[in-house]
Amino acid sequence: MKVMVCLKQVPHQDAKLDINSDGTWIQEDNIKFEINSYDTYALEEALRIKDADADTEVVVVSIGPDRVTQALRTALGMGADRAVHVNDAEAFGSDALCVAKVLAAVAKAESPDLIFTGLMTDDGNSSAVPPMLAELIDVPSATGVLHTEAANGSLKVERELEGGAIEVVELPKPCLASIQTGANQVRYASLKGIMQAKKKPIDVKTAADLGVSDVASKATIDKVYSPPKNATADILSGSTDEIVSGLMGKIKELGVL
Amino acid sequence: MSSDLYATPEHEAFRETVRKFTEEQMRPRARDFDAAGRIDKSLFKQMGDLGMLGLRYDPAYGGSGLDWSFSAVMHEELGRSDNAGATLAISVHTEMATPSLAQFGSDDLKRAYLAPAIAGDTVSAIAVTEPDAGSDVAGIKTRAVRDGSDWVIDGSKIYITNAANADWLCLLAVTDPDAGYGGFSQIIVPTDTPGVRYDLLDKIGNWGSDTGQFYFEGVRVPVANTIGEVGRGFQQQMMQFQDERLVACITALSAMELLWDETKKWTDERVLFGKPLSKMQNTQFKMAELWVQMQAARELNLSAVRRLVDGKDATTLITAAKVFTVGVCMRVASECMQLHGGYGYMKESMAGRAFVDTRLGGIGGGSDETMLQYLAKQLGF
Ligand SMILES: Cc1cc2nc3c(=O)[nH]c(=O)nc-3n(C[C@H](O)[C@H](O)[C@H](O)COP(=O)(O)OP(=O)(O)OC[C@H]3O[C@@H](n4cnc5c(N)ncnc54)[C@H](O)[C@@H]3O)c2cc1C
Repeated sequence: MKVMVCLKQVPHQDAKLDINSDGTWIQEDNIKFEINSYDTYALEEALRIKDADADTEVVVVSIGPDRVTQALRTALGMGADRAVHVNDAEAFGSDALCVAKVLAAVAKAESPDLIFTGLMTDDGNSSAVPPMLAELIDVPSATGVLHTEAANGSLKVERELEGGAIEVVELPKPCLASIQTGANQVRYASLKGIMQAKKKPIDVKTAADLGVSDVASKATIDKVYSPPKNATADILSGSTDEIVSGLMGKIKELGVL
Repeated sequence: MSSDLYATPEHEAFRETVRKFTEEQMRPRARDFDAAGRIDKSLFKQMGDLGMLGLRYDPAYGGSGLDWSFSAVMHEELGRSDNAGATLAISVHTEMATPSLAQFGSDDLKRAYLAPAIAGDTVSAIAVTEPDAGSDVAGIKTRAVRDGSDWVIDGSKIYITNAANADWLCLLAVTDPDAGYGGFSQIIVPTDTPGVRYDLLDKIGNWGSDTGQFYFEGVRVPVANTIGEVGRGFQQQMMQFQDERLVACITALSAMELLWDETKKWTDERVLFGKPLSKMQNTQFKMAELWVQMQAARELNLSAVRRLVDGKDATTLITAAKVFTVGVCMRVASECMQLHGGYGYMKESMAGRAFVDTRLGGIGGGSDETMLQYLAKQLGF
């Protein structure tokens, strides 16, 4: 069985984020990066399949600049077999659909039985790529997955629904699951694993190598900013009716509706 | 700055592993270790599984055959465990009690003791200091007398880290009282040997480590448990002290870097006289000065690591690094405590704990005076 795991390298959760000079993204120069936390659970879920069945091949895929090598090395150190690094200036940081297109091209080349992704990214927060990717390669998908069980021809998953309910779905393979955090206990890359990873291949490709073009973002970020710190809060008081009418008045005053 | 030393992707990947391990397995339980007065022994097994306990040791015994740069990476991260005692307990096992065995031990001894120590199945301790001799190592009295193929050991060792968790001690004993510096031997003593007993000691800091006093009464261990040659114990221990001192510098400094970061956040949040403490020039100057001092200490430590990586003797640099780093760390702890005000005096405050924890640096592993005495000699006095 082949499992493809899509992972993104994102700013480290402890990194102090400053906005870049033209105010369109964060300053990336001097900060640490790590594997998107959701994706580490996706990788762990794949590695557990490999633990149970040694014939499984786990291929990790990431789109990003040179620094992404580090994330892929960590993933290989944790136990993935090989990596595909799409190092393409246009594809990196592109919009969800273009990212999905690039990943779809990798998926077509790899034809995995299973694709695991994180439910969302810690930086972009969109959750859009996994279902788009599934659509583009025409495979069934499940999102927000907390548990997977791979059988011969299918993947049984438990999905997290609102209010703590769990939905059990069985998907025919090939299929895609986007994994929720907390789905498992993510392993650490052991020193032995890290040293073995030195010999594992990282295949570097551009979008053109994969046969996809037009991957530059169609969406542009106008502005990234921190909400102003000193905005004042009006605390409405009085009876419920007074508070409601006060709130209605505020809404009208601000013209937000 | 240090990029050449930690240049490979493996350094970075290993750092990430240790950082995660520290953040997930140690920091959340830091105060539990304090309450228990020791770390959970199962941590050693976890670290053994990750390959953290035998970085520089021979792969034949489960080690990784790497150099000090990997040890430095590991201890920089472990130093951020928010528990100086826990960090100490681990570094005693990896850098203070096992280096002599790895360097001088026989194959049999390494199979019996080093391999399980690297795997994390056993925990080690270093037993040098005695009630009547600390800095004056050659003044120790614990005696090992040969009886056939056994040593019979009598004496006592004090302030021994890992006293409760240790499965064996790397013990320095007098084996020939007439042979001067050639009269000492390093002997492995399993702690469950009949005649070995210990009491735990109550410390003002480093609460997460189990420090105790050992008593030996007619303790019999095979002469084959001697590390290296009989009579070479003093010299071997002096070499083992180098790893001990360097790791003490690295862990103490990274704990202070963490404290500095936390203190900076605190000064942003603490508002007095209508503005954050961080906006007062006094705070900024103090923090900047501490930062400079920490950079200097860090570079000194790294130059010692570099020499070891290059296979050179680093005794002078390590000695200098120890005396300097200890001073910087005590100053950082004290100033950060000051900036925390009353809260800094609480046991729960990181600054308050650092104040007592860092104080050990000038005493343990060779006092400041011992370091300066050595340096003075090197400088021709
Ligand atoms: C928490 C803790 C953990 C420890 N863990 C271990 C351990 O695991 N294993 C172990 O063997 N030991 C351990 N020690 C012991 C430690 O190494 C000794 O305390 C240290 O070496 C100092 O020895 P001493 O206490 O006998 O002090 P002494 O040797 O009596 O020294 C007392 C003081 O005399 C002064 N002095 C010393 N030498 C000179 C000099 N040359 N010139 C002028 N003044 C001098 C210094 O001010 C020194 O502090 C630990 C100690 C502590 C507190």
